Amino acid sequence: MINHPNKELGGWQLFRKYFSELWFGIRTLLKGLRITSGYFFSPKEIITEQYPENRATLKMFDRFKGEVIMSHTAENRHRCTGCGICEMNCPNGSIQVITRKETTPEGKSVRGLDKHIYHLGMCTFCGLCVKSCPSDALAFGQKFEHAVFNRHHLTKVLNQPGSLLQKEIKAS
Amino acid sequence: MAQTSDSHQVIIGEHEQYTINMGPQHPSTHGVLRFELSLEGETVVGVRSHCGYIHRGIEKMCEVSTYQQIIHLTDRMDYLSAHINNEAVSLCVEKALGIEVPERVKVIRTILSELTRVGSHLLWWSAFGMDMGALTTFFYGMRDREKILDIFEESCGGRLLQSFICPGGLMHDVHPNFVARIRELIPYLRKKLPEYDRLLTGNIILQERTRNIGVLSRQQAIAWGVTGPSGRGSAFSCDVRVHEPYSAYDRVKVNEVLYHQGDTFARYRVRLDEIHESLSILEQLIDQIPEGNDYAVKMKPIIKLPAGDYYQRVETARGELGVYMVSDGEKYPVRVKFRSPNFSNLFVIEQLAVGHKIADLVAISGSLDLVIPDIDR
Repeated sequence: MINHPNKELGGWQLFRKYFSELWFGIRTLLKGLRITSGYFFSPKEIITEQYPENRATLKMFDRFKGEVIMSHTAENRHRCTGCGICEMNCPNGSIQVITRKETTPEGKSVRGLDKHIYHLGMCTFCGLCVKSCPSDALAFGQKFEHAVFNRHHLTKVLNQPGSLLQKEIKAS
Repeated sequence: MAQTSDSHQVIIGEHEQYTINMGPQHPSTHGVLRFELSLEGETVVGVRSHCGYIHRGIEKMCEVSTYQQIIHLTDRMDYLSAHINNEAVSLCVEKALGIEVPERVKVIRTILSELTRVGSHLLWWSAFGMDMGALTTFFYGMRDREKILDIFEESCGGRLLQSFICPGGLMHDVHPNFVARIRELIPYLRKKLPEYDRLLTGNIILQERTRNIGVLSRQQAIAWGVTGPSGRGSAFSCDVRVHEPYSAYDRVKVNEVLYHQGDTFARYRVRLDEIHESLSILEQLIDQIPEGNDYAVKMKPIIKLPAGDYYQRVETARGELGVYMVSDGEKYPVRVKFRSPNFSNLFVIEQLAVGHKIADLVAISGSLDLVIPDIDR
């Protein structure tokens, strides 16, 4: 048909071109469909996590920056001296360190931590407070479900009530 | 045809121009960006882009931030190349102080940058398919990007905004699994990338909608300052990694991907080829991480740069990012200016879209890979 000595050769070429392009198009579409149907019929390729159902087994990475926490020992001791370096380093003002005067058994008056207030709603998780803390008092927690009904719940006091400074760390 | 009164008829005809807004809330502008379109029927005769809807004043905020605090702000400019933005500021500060970071830090920074680039291009591929009406690509691209995000999450603690590279080195050492995970990732992506070609690149609909659409000439690219993969699709050799190597790029072989057609399809091909290229850079570097655990040089708690001005440029996933800092010797910079790639890449759309249909405008803006927070800053 290609060498047909006819006036309608152009027409035939158009005809051939039309159908060859049509078949090319259908072939490319089928190629894509082969991939998608391949995934459709192979259940081991499914990677979707059923999130609310798998909460019991879901574990974040150890370094995941979910929130800033202050670690306490079993005797309710923390390591924060109330120096305020974290407050100075925080770019958003999401940390407030409130100190109080304490009297040691020897009768000396020293500065101690009263309240370590942390505004989770303002935090951008840059990690400067945790990195700059000279006594390793702060750390990142892995909790990530922070939705609350009232934003005042996002303001947290990190030191537990009645907690005291862990003295032995300071001595060593 | 709309009839307003008996005597006066307004006919919206083919040759009558009208103006319509696309955005600021439009799914295919990928953010809060407004295009003011002048249309003739469905043909675009003029585009004016209005930006500033997500302006947060990052440059001004930098003037009241210490040099460590600037890092977390740069994450929020081009959030898809967060590591590279952090690296740009860190390199600028280190250049000003005359600090040489350890070899290990250089290599790890480069690896993180290349991982970011792969992740960014994968997300772009997903979104570009969706702009074209193919929803499947979004799932496949996101599935593979998740592996990269896992590496970031394990080492840096953040998935999207890591704030990991800081002046003097890294925030903390990488996770022990870091190398093993990348070694797993490279063959995995090498296996999946041909699937992308079969699924979307060869697809007749994509080809018909991208070939000869939005042709950007090399002269135009240079004149408008279009850098990155969008510029390289028009044969504009602008890769900072090649021309002005920083970090560990001087010890690896970087092939600059160049295409000459300058159309949407060329920009598409550049990005897909760059994923291959980044994987080969990763392959070269992954065995070169020096032993040890030095991840930073000791920096003073408050960095004060010597008075003067400093400039450093890096290649993000979208083009050239320049950081210009002016210091008067205090702990805060006097002025910080970011030359962001997306700002320059955006305005060329006013030239490219003219004469095409609205649907092609979506394809063109998708192929420029715009991240709106980087435009507005």
